[in-house]
This record gives sequence, structure tokens and C-alpha cells, in this order.
Amino acid sequence: MNITVRVWRQAGPDEPGKMVSYDVPDVDEHMSFLEMLDVLNERLTTRGEDPIAFDSDCREGICGTCGVVINGVAHGPQQTTTCQLHMRSFSDGDVLDIEPWRADPFPVLKDLVVDRSAFDRIIASGGFISAPTGSAPDAHAAPVAKADADHAFDAATCIGCGACVAACPTGSAMLFTAAKVTHLGLLPQGQPERKARVVEMVATHDEEGFGGCTNIGECAAVCPKGIPLETISRLNRDLLGALIRPHT
Amino acid sequence: MAVSGLIMIGYLLAHMYGNLKVFAGQQAFDDYAHHLRTIGEPILPYGGALWVIRIVLLVAIIAHIYSAVVLWRRDRHARGGTSRYDSPKARRGVQRSYASFTLRWGGIVIVLFVIYHLLHLTWHVVTPGGPASSPYQRVVNGFEVWWLVAVYTISLLAIGLHLRHGVWSALTTLGAHTSAAARRRLNILAYVVAIAITVGFLLVPFSILFGVVN
Ligand code: HEM
Ligand code: FES
Repeated sequence: MNITVRVWRQAGPDEPGKMVSYDVPDVDEHMSFLEMLDVLNERLTTRGEDPIAFDSDCREGICGTCGVVINGVAHGPQQTTTCQLHMRSFSDGDVLDIEPWRADPFPVLKDLVVDRSAFDRIIASGGFISAPTGSAPDAHAAPVAKADADHAFDAATCIGCGACVAACPTGSAMLFTAAKVTHLGLLPQGQPERKARVVEMVATHDEEGFGGCTNIGECAAVCPKGIPLETISRLNRDLLGALIRPHT
Repeated sequence: MAVSGLIMIGYLLAHMYGNLKVFAGQQAFDDYAHHLRTIGEPILPYGGALWVIRIVLLVAIIAHIYSAVVLWRRDRHARGGTSRYDSPKARRGVQRSYASFTLRWGGIVIVLFVIYHLLHLTWHVVTPGGPASSPYQRVVNGFEVWWLVAVYTISLLAIGLHLRHGVWSALTTLGAHTSAAARRRLNILAYVVAIAITVGFLLVPFSILFGVVN
């Protein structure tokens, strides 16, 4: 199939950017979206033009490195990572708009690459447990209710790609933050620091310049890991509890 | 945002219940308006309870608008400017409700409405349909005027949309959204509250306009 892509081109963090159109003939429908960009980049390089910068690593949907906004939707038309999206999701003659995640705390470094280190700082402010745990405990040493284990696991599948922020009309990273708060808050090992964790992580989230959550739900609708929207309400509960009774 | 919004919803439900007394006739309505000022007597002075309610409401309104403005400024920055994505596709998002688009302009419509409403039925500065000494008569005079009914209708639609998102959002913010089933229930509740308040308030003006009450 033959498609046209309109791609955000920006030479550097402080350079102006603009959308540039490229025709991409002979696209195989079994190509992944990133392979299509690879092919385009080979052609651009052959022509002596600057290839389009984009992030990727595992290309199997588990690392969270990839991610662009395709036709106005984070990760495009399927609820999966950009690397797991295939060209069969599009049709011959389509014009695809490809843009970087847009949010103030995610500055564009080049073309489609953004700096997501704000996420690292949110995690560093509480997304861990500091108990010295030694080697892995026996599976039955600290019983965890099945429902809690399931919810914690759902939350733990977050790969930190940032699609929630890119999709959020208010540029909030609450789904990301709530996923880690929920993951650790439901497990016994996470209890000692549970209150401090939620307070600190939300404070860092706000300091980094992310917006406030207004419960619109676009984040969960594009999350490649299907992290449910109620994860955020779980964070709200923990936060209210921590603010009302900080020391119990 | 959530707590102040819920306080206002409580007020709206009580206010709507009071308005529906129009259907019980002039005597009942005027007695009700008078009774509002004698609640709590003699511990409170005449009109005392009403002032307590007014102060609570005023604090809620100020808190609500203040939080809305703070959030709005933060959000505008956070999402990277107003023209965020160049692509004109998916402007409506993936799944978001229409109501979630209306909160800001809807909120402004609601403020303008509340100011007009106070000028009309609280301070009697504007008297569409002619002035009167009885509260009941003022209401009836006003809503015999078609454009006043139109103004109230537009405002209540804005309130309905505001509440459709607001009720859901407020309860979620307070931690009630615990599962997919809870999400369904909260959204149904939001629809019920929004429709009840919009229809409940509009019954009165339309009944007067069409001569059911006069
Ligand atoms: C100046 C007038 C108003 C403005 C500018 C305004 C603005 C807003 C905004 C921007 C939101 C968005 C919060 C979100 O996205 O979740 C909101 C939420 C809300 N509004 Fe208003 N509003 C106004 C008046 C009212 C009134 C009169 C009521 C009640 C009758 C009301 C009830 C609510 C409720 C319950 C919420 C949800 C709070 C939450 O999300 O936690 N608002 N308002
Ligand atoms: S490249 Fe690892 S998730 Fe897409």
C-alpha cells in the first residue's frame, strides 16, 4: 500500500518545529509502524536527508520506550504500544499525522523524541520500598489476597511510556503515578511507606508541572497495558487518608 | 473542587424542592418563602438560617471558582499550550463525554446566570413581566415572558452538563470509583442528578409559560 505521513520535524530542543509530509510507497501491511518509519528513514538517509528521530527499544511492547501520537491519538488506533501497531490498521492512500507526546514536562528533544525523565523523578520520590528484603521470600511467607494480587499486578504492568500524559486533556500524569501507588500500596511490603509514598509522589508530580486530573478518562482509553481508570480513585483514597490521618 | 461542588448540589436539590411548591398554589409558595426566614427562630434572628446558608454557599462558590482558575492555569501549561496537536483528527478524544468539554464555558454561563437570577428574584432589580410584592407573583410574572424562559433554559442546560461530568468527577476525586461496576453506577448517578435538577427546575418556568400555573 501507499501512504503519506505528516511528521513533526524539529532539529533540537530550542529549534522551531513543523509538520513535514513524506510519501511512503510500497508499505507492506505486515510491517510494524516503526518498521514503516525505519524504511522511510533508510530512504531519507539514501537521499542525504536527516532521518526522523524516534524512540524505541524492545519493539515487543514491554519496555515503554516507544510512543508517538498518530492521527491525534497516543499510540494510534489500536490500544497497544506504537511498536506493536501494524500497518494493517491503516488503508492504502491514508495520510497519517505523526507527532511527539505533547506536555510541558516532556520537552521535545528532536523530532518525535521527548524527554520523559520527569517520570523518573516521580518514581524516585516514593515509587519503591526501602525495606531490606534479602533474597526472594517463600511464596506463602506473606499471604496476599487474590483480588489484591490481581489489582496490584494490573497496576504493575505500567511500562511508563507516557501515553496517559499525551492523551490527557489537562496533561496530568495521574494514571502513571496511581499505577505505582496502587501496585505497592496493595502489597504487604508496600505498607510501611504507603502514606509517605502517595504524598511525596503526588507532590513531585505537581512540581514537575503535570496538570490536575479531572476524571475524563482518555488516559485509560489509550493505555497500552489497559491500566484501569479506577486506579486513580485508589490513589485519591490513599491521598485523602494520608492527608487526614498522616501518622496512623 | 469536589467538596464545594457537592455543597452546591445539596443547595440546588433543596432549592428545586422549594420551587416545586409553586404547584401547591400561591399561599403555599409564599408561606414557604416566609418560612425560610423564620427557620431556627428564636435562637436565630429572623432570616438568620438563610444567611448561614448564603455564607456557606458563597464560600463554596468562591472555593470552586478559585480552584477552577488555578487548575485551568496549571493545565493550560501542562498540556503544552492551547494548540496541542497539529492533527485535526480525534479532536473529540477517544471516549470522553460531551459534558466534559462544557465545564469551562458552562461554568461562566452559570456565573452570569446566577448574577442575573439574584438581580431578578432576590434583589428585584430587574423585573421582567412587572414587579410584585408576593414572591409567587414575581415568579409568575417573570416566566410569562418567553425570553426569560429561554435564558433560564439555556442556563439550566449548562448546569445539567456541568453536573453530568461534575457529579461523576467529584465522587471519583473522593475515592468512590473503586471498580468498573462502581464507574457504571457513578455515571448513572451523575445522569440522574443532572437530569433531575435540569428538569426539576425547568418544570416551573414552562408550566407558567404554558399557563398550567398562573
Ligand atoms: C463560576 C462558575 C463555575 C465555574 C467557572 C465552574 C468551573 C468548573 C470547572 C472548570 C470544573 C472542572 C473540574 C473537572 O474537570 O472535574 C468544575 C467542576 C464541578 N463543578 Fe463547577 N463551576 C462553576 C459553577 C458550578 C456550580 C454552580 C455548581 C453546582 C451547581 C458546580 C458544580 C461542580 C461540581 C460538582 C464539579 C466537580 C468537581 C470535581 O471535579 O471534583 N459548579 N466546575
Ligand atoms: S519499543 Fe519497547 S514498548 Fe515499544
